[in-house]
Amino acid sequence: MTAELGTATPGGYLLVLAILLPLAGIILSFTPGGRNAERAALCSTPFGFALACAIAFHVGQGGKPIVYAIGGLPPPLGIALRADGISAVMLIAAAAIVTAAAFYARTKFATPDGIRESRSALTFWILLQAIWAALIIIFVGGDLFNLYVALEILTFAAVPLVCIDGRAETLAAALRYLLFALFGSISYLLGVALFYGAHGTLDISLLAQRVQATPVVWTAAALMTAGLLAKTALFPVHLWLPPAHANAPAAASAVLSGLVVKGSFFLTLRLWFYVLPALPTDKIAAVLGWLGSAAVIMGSIVALRQARLKLLIAYSTVAQIGYLFLVFPLAAGAHAWSAIGWSAGLMQVLAHAFAKAAMFFSAGLLAEALGHDQIARLGGAARALPLTFLSIALGGLSLIGLPPSGGFSAKWLMLQASIASGQWLWSLPILAGSLLAAGYVYRILAPALSDGEVSLELRPKRSHEMIALALTAIAIALGFAPQTFFDFLEIGHPVAAGPP
Amino acid sequence: MTPSVLAGLVGATLVGLGLYGLILHPHPLRKLLAFNLMGSGVFLVFGIVARRGAAAGFRFDPVPQAMVITGIVVAFAASALAVALILRLSEESSRVTLDPEAWTKPDSGDAK
Repeated sequence: MTAELGTATPGGYLLVLAILLPLAGIILSFTPGGRNAERAALCSTPFGFALACAIAFHVGQGGKPIVYAIGGLPPPLGIALRADGISAVMLIAAAAIVTAAAFYARTKFATPDGIRESRSALTFWILLQAIWAALIIIFVGGDLFNLYVALEILTFAAVPLVCIDGRAETLAAALRYLLFALFGSISYLLGVALFYGAHGTLDISLLAQRVQATPVVWTAAALMTAGLLAKTALFPVHLWLPPAHANAPAAASAVLSGLVVKGSFFLTLRLWFYVLPALPTDKIAAVLGWLGSAAVIMGSIVALRQARLKLLIAYSTVAQIGYLFLVFPLAAGAHAWSAIGWSAGLMQVLAHAFAKAAMFFSAGLLAEALGHDQIARLGGAARALPLTFLSIALGGLSLIGLPPSGGFSAKWLMLQASIASGQWLWSLPILAGSLLAAGYVYRILAPALSDGEVSLELRPKRSHEMIALALTAIAIALGFAPQTFFDFLEIGHPVAAGPP
Repeated sequence: MTPSVLAGLVGATLVGLGLYGLILHPHPLRKLLAFNLMGSGVFLVFGIVARRGAAAGFRFDPVPQAMVITGIVVAFAASALAVALILRLSEESSRVTLDPEAWTKPDSGDAK
């Protein structure tokens, strides 16, 4: 299994193209500048989506990960790019959401007539492509240090997006985000140093063969996990997320909440399920599960108390991130239920990404149309903006976990895994989180559907509403994912390869 | 105590001191300096890790040194970004504080 992991496979060049495409877009945006930045982003994102689909097709057809050794040098000397089932799916999700965000942002970040170049527009289009490039490297990277660099590109692109309108409030939010992220990156880097010191390689599959349960490996894993948790905003290091995500422009919030936090979560999965599958990780998995449960409960309760719609959605992200960490106790080890837990975790990543992006898009349309996003003053808004509220309601459906939706599949599979594994305690936060989510979605919809008159400052564009609706449609459609989809997620997953 | 062990301990101490400062100092600039102190500690640990190459017949393993250079570039870029944000914040408002309570006014619901 491992001998061929270092050598290139057919289709490997697609991974290089996938990384080069957004980077070429960034260079094209920088050099001619002005409106070309927008054009480059709008042209490259649909191409990237097609490329991600081609990668998924190759992975599915071969039934094994596709690999590319950069410069023809296989690890440990060189760096390998690998795309397995989960990378391919995440590549498609990232390309879809970034494309949607690019088309959604066209009016807000258009360069005004008569000006050759506007600062906020140029910055937005370059940073959007940089986030996308960093995510692609994170999804296909096979070397822990290379992944560190990708993680940093992701942070440096995400932080300025938060404060793109330059208000003092957003600058403070961005600075908080940056300081948390810097702690995360330096902690991760120290872990990388210890791994290299102990085993002389940072290639994920080579490291997986060499690691043993020694103190240095545990220390390195703990440092890297702590760093990644700070970047993923898991309770109790979530404090930076709500102000940052709620203050960013809607197109940026959708990408930050839907994708950027998933980047560091993806690396946490890579660390524990790909680098350290051979180690006894029950206790650590339980700790991550408890932190996740606390995040579900705390995030949902605080979301219930928010006065502003965007802050409510941001706190809901804190809660939904909590669910992701239940994958550690439910999918660790090589048990019969591990595959169910694994499918549940990935389904939650995808369902939340699409539903949350759609909700932030809708919240942005709402705030532009009404001139505020106070929940108490939404009375009658659903009658004025039916399509926008349809997206919020359907996205909310997936967040609560009502069938049929991706959120329902994820939570149902998590419940199945927790019962099958005898760890029924985990089903309590899953159910309580759904109940609380129903509460905060009701808080948005109830005033909006009640009687009342609202005056629209601006009618949202039909095309923007359709973008949000299309993303919720994907979140709902995930609920109908066939078994072949879950089999696809298992491609290249080391635990599943082990004895049951 | 060999020089390697001493350098490793100094690196660990720097990381510890930096972490303490990063968590406890309220001012962003001090937090940033503490982050740089942590960074120095990590780079020192990388330096010690490079000693592993001595076993393979090299004087030093070049890979960790390449990583340190990348790490320094990243840490420098991060510091520059943070300083730029702090400067903009002090231009936009009289206070440079990270306290979220300072920014929540009772009627701050107007979305921008």
